[in-house]
Amino acid sequence: MRTVFFLVQKEFLQIFRNKVMLPLLLVMPVFQTVLLSFAANYEIKNLSLAVVDNDHSPTSMALIHKFTASGYFRLEDNYPSIRSADDALAADKVDLTLEIPPQMERNMVREGSSKVSLTANAINAVKAGLAVGYANNILRDFNLEQAPKFAKAGVAMPALIDVSYSNWYNPKLDYKTFMVPGILGEIVSLIICFLTALAIVREREMGTIEQINVTPVKKWQFIVGKLLPFWLLSLVMMAVGLTVGWLVFRIPMEGSLGLVFLYTMFFTPGMLGIGFLISNFSETQQQAMFTAWFFLIIFILMCGLFTPVDSMPQWAQYLNMLNPVKYFVAFMRLVLLKGAGFAEIKWNFLSVVTIAVVANTLAVWTYRKRVA
Amino acid sequence: MINIENISKSYDGVLALDNISLNVKPGELFGILGPDGAGKTTLIRILATLIKADSGTGTLAGLDLVKDYRKIRTIVGYMPGRFSLYQDLTVRENLEFFANVFGTTIQQSYDLIRDIYVQIEPFNERRAGALSGGMKQKLALCCAMIHLPKVLLLDEPGTGVDPVSRKEFWDMLKHLRSTGITIFVSTANMDEAEKCDRVVLLQKGKLLASGTPSEITAAYPHPLYAVRANDMYRLINDLRTLDQAAGCYAFGEYAHLSMLSDNLNTKDIQHFLERKGHEDVEVLPTTANIEDCFIELM
Repeated sequence: MRTVFFLVQKEFLQIFRNKVMLPLLLVMPVFQTVLLSFAANYEIKNLSLAVVDNDHSPTSMALIHKFTASGYFRLEDNYPSIRSADDALAADKVDLTLEIPPQMERNMVREGSSKVSLTANAINAVKAGLAVGYANNILRDFNLEQAPKFAKAGVAMPALIDVSYSNWYNPKLDYKTFMVPGILGEIVSLIICFLTALAIVREREMGTIEQINVTPVKKWQFIVGKLLPFWLLSLVMMAVGLTVGWLVFRIPMEGSLGLVFLYTMFFTPGMLGIGFLISNFSETQQQAMFTAWFFLIIFILMCGLFTPVDSMPQWAQYLNMLNPVKYFVAFMRLVLLKGAGFAEIKWNFLSVVTIAVVANTLAVWTYRKRVA
Repeated sequence: MINIENISKSYDGVLALDNISLNVKPGELFGILGPDGAGKTTLIRILATLIKADSGTGTLAGLDLVKDYRKIRTIVGYMPGRFSLYQDLTVRENLEFFANVFGTTIQQSYDLIRDIYVQIEPFNERRAGALSGGMKQKLALCCAMIHLPKVLLLDEPGTGVDPVSRKEFWDMLKHLRSTGITIFVSTANMDEAEKCDRVVLLQKGKLLASGTPSEITAAYPHPLYAVRANDMYRLINDLRTLDQAAGCYAFGEYAHLSMLSDNLNTKDIQHFLERKGHEDVEVLPTTANIEDCFIELM
């Protein structure tokens, strides 16, 4: 145990001396939570809207006003003809065109209905989808407001279902409440896996392993001496990240913080094991970096942070069961937002422990084959 | 102290060591001389228990190289050919770290390493990576000796160091030997070999010769002459055409000419050269050095 202590001490000396590593450990979680939470926002505001109003009636005015007052749309301009509006769409000046036909108001009075036309720029499919979605909501509301005015006397209003809704666990649908806990999980996984792989490979690349190998240091002591410091650092990163989340974003902390740290203690060994495994297939830090990057980019894109796991195809969901980051992100949201206790995250916890056991077994096995 | 018998080792079918046997006595400064790729590093790594030989057996201080590798590691100090200490740690941190993993302290080993350590002590707080080549080597030697080893294995310690530091280093080795440590050192430098008590010549994994430097040079089979003239390049080419010439190589300002017999004396050689139009010709009988022997044996 004394030997492990000296190895850990040496590792910390190197980590704290490294000009890149310490800032990476402390600044990166803060920077990413702040940057991603504010910038990577799916809620799209200020969509630019082109209007072609061929009616110029009070009703058409009211409709346009309804669009601009929604907060989602900014009126780019009024266009005299649909052709000029289409040109603006093609030139990427506007995201959505709204064409109001001539005599809309008259048709509504006479026939009780009229049509408008929406055209969205679907170069960015997400944006187009959202724009049309917002527009439909606005049009539906508008219909409800206007319908009584144009209802013909003696004709009964069609029965309408008025929907009222509430968003559980994130009542205001605050994007940051949703993102920050997930980003924390992602960041801790990513950095720990990277640094472990690099720290082990560096000894090989710099030749220092040669000198260590002629000392009485045993293989397991060397490995524990490498993994233990990063395990401790993952807990520190978690503490820093949660503090920032709480101070800057006021993220909810419904669940127990003790559970968060307990879970992290069991989750990190999985990422350490993956880093260790990657190091066994690399001769240089550069190789380790690229290999780690290959896996981590998949882990991150599929972890549910950016796209919901449930909407992935079934095969991808099966594959995703191997993705440790997915479990961490889900865990963070469940515990911090929903206040889940251990009973609710039991399967998540078991999956994570299984991944840790498998990754480390594979890593030790490949390491033995390598050094034998 | 070191005893190996019929050691062979190959990498991917390429034979690095071919049936090597040798014996190093306690307290000897033992040199292993050979060009790059001769198998020196492989042999030292086998002795350091870092790799296993494909066949053959060996003991170090009576301990089996394979079975007792743990014990061997506690009595062997190893200095790899490439600087292998932590470049981002300071001189003191490196020493303390290696002292710690060996379960000792700098103080306990101070007497042995003092002469070398005092030279790097002023740079205690400097990072190892920022030291000069000679300083790095002294630090590496201190680290290799921190646990008071009985045997030092040094892999090409003279490489990458200036001639003054190299001479200093060899003086330190001689001093260390006087404390009773057995030193096993590899080198590609012929003049370093002459500072060893005994040497073996290694070439392409095979032992060419072994013995004290004077035994090896005394066994040189041919009459040897040092020859000089004002156009050395033409001189060497002409000497090689000389009847009975066994070989001719440049050695600093002289060319060494070995003859198959002593039919020709220095005068005959001088006349031969003057007839060929050489000027300022000088021909002297000389004794072989290690390099002559090496070239002869190759």
